[in-house]
Amino acid sequence: MQKSKLGLDFQKVEYARGLAKGIAQDVQTFVEQYTTVAVERTLCRLMGIDGVDDNDVPLPNVVVEALKDKGVLSEGALFFIANAMIQTGLTPQQIAEKVAAEELDITKVVTTDPKQIADVLQPVIDDSMARIRARRARREHYLDTIGEGPKPYLYIIVATGNIYEDVVQAQAGARQGADVIAVIRTTGQSLLDYVPYGATTEGFGGTFATQENFRIMRKALDEVGEEQGRYIRLCNYCSGLCMPEIAIMGAFEGLDVMLNDALYGILFRDINMQRTLIDQYMSRIINGFAGVIINTGEDNYLTTADAVEAAHTVLASDLINEQLALMAGLPEEQMGLGHAFEMDPMLENGFLLELAQAQMTREIFPKATLKYMPPTKFMTGNIFRGHIQDALFNMIGIWTHQGIQLLGMPTEAIHTPFMSDRYLSIENAKYIFNNMKSIGDEMEFKEDGICRNRVKEVLSNTIKLLEDITKEGLFTALEKGIFGDVKRPKNGGKGLAGVTMKGANYLNPFIELMKGKR
Amino acid sequence: MLRKMGLENPSVVFYQELTPGFTFFNCYGSCTHTVDYTTIYVPKVESTTMDMYETDEYIKENIGRKIVIVGASTGTDAHTVGIDAIMNMKGYAGHYGLERYEMIEAYNLGSQVPNEEFIARGIELHADALLVSQTVTQKDVHIHNMTNFIELMEAEGLRDKMICCCGGARVTHELAKELGFDAGFGMNTYADDVASFVVQEMVKRGMK
Repeated sequence: MQKSKLGLDFQKVEYARGLAKGIAQDVQTFVEQYTTVAVERTLCRLMGIDGVDDNDVPLPNVVVEALKDKGVLSEGALFFIANAMIQTGLTPQQIAEKVAAEELDITKVVTTDPKQIADVLQPVIDDSMARIRARRARREHYLDTIGEGPKPYLYIIVATGNIYEDVVQAQAGARQGADVIAVIRTTGQSLLDYVPYGATTEGFGGTFATQENFRIMRKALDEVGEEQGRYIRLCNYCSGLCMPEIAIMGAFEGLDVMLNDALYGILFRDINMQRTLIDQYMSRIINGFAGVIINTGEDNYLTTADAVEAAHTVLASDLINEQLALMAGLPEEQMGLGHAFEMDPMLENGFLLELAQAQMTREIFPKATLKYMPPTKFMTGNIFRGHIQDALFNMIGIWTHQGIQLLGMPTEAIHTPFMSDRYLSIENAKYIFNNMKSIGDEMEFKEDGICRNRVKEVLSNTIKLLEDITKEGLFTALEKGIFGDVKRPKNGGKGLAGVTMKGANYLNPFIELMKGKR
Repeated sequence: MLRKMGLENPSVVFYQELTPGFTFFNCYGSCTHTVDYTTIYVPKVESTTMDMYETDEYIKENIGRKIVIVGASTGTDAHTVGIDAIMNMKGYAGHYGLERYEMIEAYNLGSQVPNEEFIARGIELHADALLVSQTVTQKDVHIHNMTNFIELMEAEGLRDKMICCCGGARVTHELAKELGFDAGFGMNTYADDVASFVVQEMVKRGMK
């Protein structure tokens, strides 16, 4: 049994984990019966279909819409692509182009023989799998040769809207010491039911996630990584209505980290819960296979609910996210489970509560690459106090061995970071991480003290909450507003029309090929 | 450059190259510009701020029914932190949110609500006041969105029937008035300020 510095009762932790497992299994049973337009578009991309038609509609959308219009989406894209390949002898890309030109009816069935279908798909499947494996091998080669920065990784964002400007900002950040560069997406992209195509230079509050933009940034980070002698990770957002599609684009282009939460889209983007839960499964299978670290978004609960009162909802959600990720074959080391430093800075001993919770999260998920979020809610525009808040946050990051430290910016609440803001934040973190390096190994928590009592309370509230969710099921719990004080109806929200039950001829061999494999 | 900014005796106390072409400086100098502060007029929301209990009492006495306030983070803006601070039961920094008010029916529609949908919901719920929250200001996207909102309200002939307020870290009352809102709430304003303004404005306009 693992030793706790906080006096955590690991039997209780395992009990909580068991509850979360039951909740996740319930969801999983549902998820496996369904597919979505986003999953099918992902399969199109795995068939090598890319590009746009004359109206800039991505070809995967063209194919999937054609199936949806004919009411046969339930049989799945692969079944019809295989049939079209047998019938015409064309490649999937050529087929998609013909569908776009309205020269081919893709819904014509020539065979339902699984063997014949599997045979025609096999070479294309092999190509895609090899492409993803090569990307993963490339990352591993870099890690073996030039290496990486120590944990917690320093994570910064760039958000100019223009991918070429992002490159300048990202390279500057990497030169100052950042280990992970996240390209924030343009506001509103999560609600697009397609992924835009090509390099983009216009965005609001961020830059479009496109495969070309991924490629441009990957190349820039490899350049600066080689120059600095340190591998620089690239992060984007595998969330919204195109979760699994973004995952496959990231897998093809060598992304390393993806925001990929099972519940975030439901709560904070009002995406239909059935849709998101089905989409997250496929996206996590891909991320697991591609060696991508996923980040979950529990920190967001604390921006809407109170950080002291709602701490247990973060832990409960981390446990559910962990179980759903395990069911998608994602290894624990690739789980960037989220939590945050979001208490009111005026709270007496607030630092101790934050410290206790961060240590608790570390001990409950010992292998995870935990993602620790900086203060945002109580950043006021007073950049000097903000810089100190970030310093306290950084102390906890190094003290409790967090995996990824999302650096807070003194100018949070004012503007998207300037290059100079990032410099100050990176300097802040590097100073503290070095100066306090081993504090966590030196310090223990006092018997019956504030910290030990705090985690006892959070854990017991978590168990109560998980017991309630177990009784009702996750869907009902979400309808009642259990996380982040946000209520969502099971049949409400965006994207439900893209959900369909799998039919008799449905196939998705990638689930078996990728899940839990590398 | 510091001299151009009107600083005398400039001194660079610290500098650090960030990346080729960009350097970070800390500089000090004496400012030579002067300002006649007696001539500065800062438009402020003209209402007396009452606390929750006073506002509830005020509504009972002067309006005599529950009032309906609908809020959202509109357009493409995905940030709910502002509207939540004003509307959520819990409120922010010790100021209860509108949902907690006995005499206010508050509806928080969340984020990324298109203006058309927001207004349609406002009509459906018989809103007395609409609150628009804007956090993202890059390339003035908030200005375009808020202008579009007011245009729609005017086109629908609703502009005089509902009180329109906006809020956000970069919103000022002056900007709000310029765009055609009744009031704007920026930094350091809370639910109390919003509620007090709405109820007093309703009474002033004779909305019952």
